[in-house]
Amino acid sequence: MSEILLQGVDLCCERGSRVLFESLNIEVCAGEVLQIEGANGSGKTTLLRVLTGLSEAVEGEVRWRGQPIRRVRESYHLEMHYLGHAAGIKEALTARENLRWHAALQGVAISDQAGASKVDEALAKVGLRGYEDVPCYTLSAGQQRRVNLARLYLLPAKLWVLDEPFTAIDKKGVAAIEALLTHRAQQGGAVILTTHQALHNVPGLRKLELK
Amino acid sequence: MNTPEDLLSPQSTSKEPLKVGIFKAVIGRDITAAFRHPSDLVNPLIFFVVVITLFPLAVSSDSVFLSDIAPGVLWVSALLATLLSLDMLFQSDFQDGTLEQMLLSGQPLYNAVLAKVMTHWLLSGLPLTLLSPLLAVMLFLPIEGIKTLLLTLLLGTPVLSFIGAIGSALTVGLRKTGLLLSLLVLPLYIPVLIFASGAVQAAVSGQSVAGHLAFLGAILALTMVLAPLAIVVALRISLSN
Repeated sequence: MSEILLQGVDLCCERGSRVLFESLNIEVCAGEVLQIEGANGSGKTTLLRVLTGLSEAVEGEVRWRGQPIRRVRESYHLEMHYLGHAAGIKEALTARENLRWHAALQGVAISDQAGASKVDEALAKVGLRGYEDVPCYTLSAGQQRRVNLARLYLLPAKLWVLDEPFTAIDKKGVAAIEALLTHRAQQGGAVILTTHQALHNVPGLRKLELK
Repeated sequence: MNTPEDLLSPQSTSKEPLKVGIFKAVIGRDITAAFRHPSDLVNPLIFFVVVITLFPLAVSSDSVFLSDIAPGVLWVSALLATLLSLDMLFQSDFQDGTLEQMLLSGQPLYNAVLAKVMTHWLLSGLPLTLLSPLLAVMLFLPIEGIKTLLLTLLLGTPVLSFIGAIGSALTVGLRKTGLLLSLLVLPLYIPVLIFASGAVQAAVSGQSVAGHLAFLGAILALTMVLAPLAIVVALRISLSN
C-alpha cells in the first residue's frame, strides 16, 4: 500500500441537530480515486468541507500526512485543490485573469510570457480556446465551471477534493475529466470526489457510501 | 515528475516573494473587478454628496449656522457612506466562492485580508476624503477647518474600513446583514467620530488639534495591526457553516 495522504479518524458531523454520520473512518492514499456516494442530504458536501478544513467536525480528527490539519494548515492547503458548489471565479474578470488569480493563491506568480501561454494552454484543454479575454459573466454555467477546472491542468496539486465536478459539464467534458483524474492518480496524486454520475473509465475507483 | 500536466510547479518559486504575491494579487484583482462594475463604487459617493447637499435645503442656508454644524455633518455623512459600502467587501466573494478559495489557498490569510481592506479604503475612503473639501466649502467651513477635515478623514476613514470589515466578516454568511451590521459596527465608530469632528471644531475655533490627531493616529495604528487578526478569525467562523 502506498503512502496515506489524508486520513479522517472517527469523524462525526451534524447539521442542525441531526447527526449526518458518526465514527466515520476514511483514508486516501496516493494514487487513489475515491468517490463518495450517498443520497441528497446524506452529508457528502459536509464531509468534503470537513476534510478540507473549511468546517470542523463535531468529533474526530482529520490528518494530512499523519499530522492534524489544523497544525499543518498552510502546507496542506498548498498541496490541495478544492472545487466547491460555487464556481469559485469572479464574474467581472476574464477567464485568463481568474486563472492568474488562482495561480497567485497557490503561490505561483504568472508574470512572464511562458506563464501566460501556459494559462492559455490550460484554458484550451478545457475547451475554452477563444474565450480567454471574455468576462466570465458572459460565459454559460458549464463554461464558468470549466474555467475553474482549468486550474487542475495548470497547477497540479497532490490532492484534489472535488464537490460535484461534473455539474453542468457536457458528455465530452466528463470523459476528459475522467481521463484527467485517472492520469493524476497514476502520477501519484489522489482525488476525492462526489458525484451522482457513474464513473466508467476510472480504473481502481474506490467508493464510499454515506447512509 | 515533469509531465505535460505539470505545467507550473509551486515548488519552483521561492518562499519570500510568495507572501508579497497574495497581497498584490488581491489588490490587483479587487481593483480590476471594481472598475468593471463602477456603480458599486459610485453609490457611496453619491450618497455622501446628496446627504450633505440636503442639509442646507432642509435646515437653514445661514452661513454661520452651516459652518457650525459642518464638521459634524461631514463626518456623520462620511461614516454612513462607509457603512453603505461595507457590503461590497466580502459579500460578493462569498457568493461566487472565491472567498473559500482564498481561505484554502495556503497563503497567509492575514496578508490577503489586509489587502482586501486596504483596497476597500482606496475605493471608498480615499474618494470620500478627496471629495470632502468641495462639500466643506459648500457648508462655509473656514480654510483651517478644511485642512484639519482632510487630515482627520485621511486618518479616520481607514479605521472605518478596518472596523467595518470585522463586522462584514462576521455577518458574511447570513442572509440579511443590513441592520445587524450597523448595530455591530456603529458603536465602534463612535470614538473615531468624536475625535475627528472634535478636531475640526477645535481647528475652526483656533485651538490646537495635535491631541485629537494623535489619538486618531493611535487608533489607526492599533486597528491596522489588530483588526486583520479579528477578520481572519471571523471569516473562518462564518465560512465553517
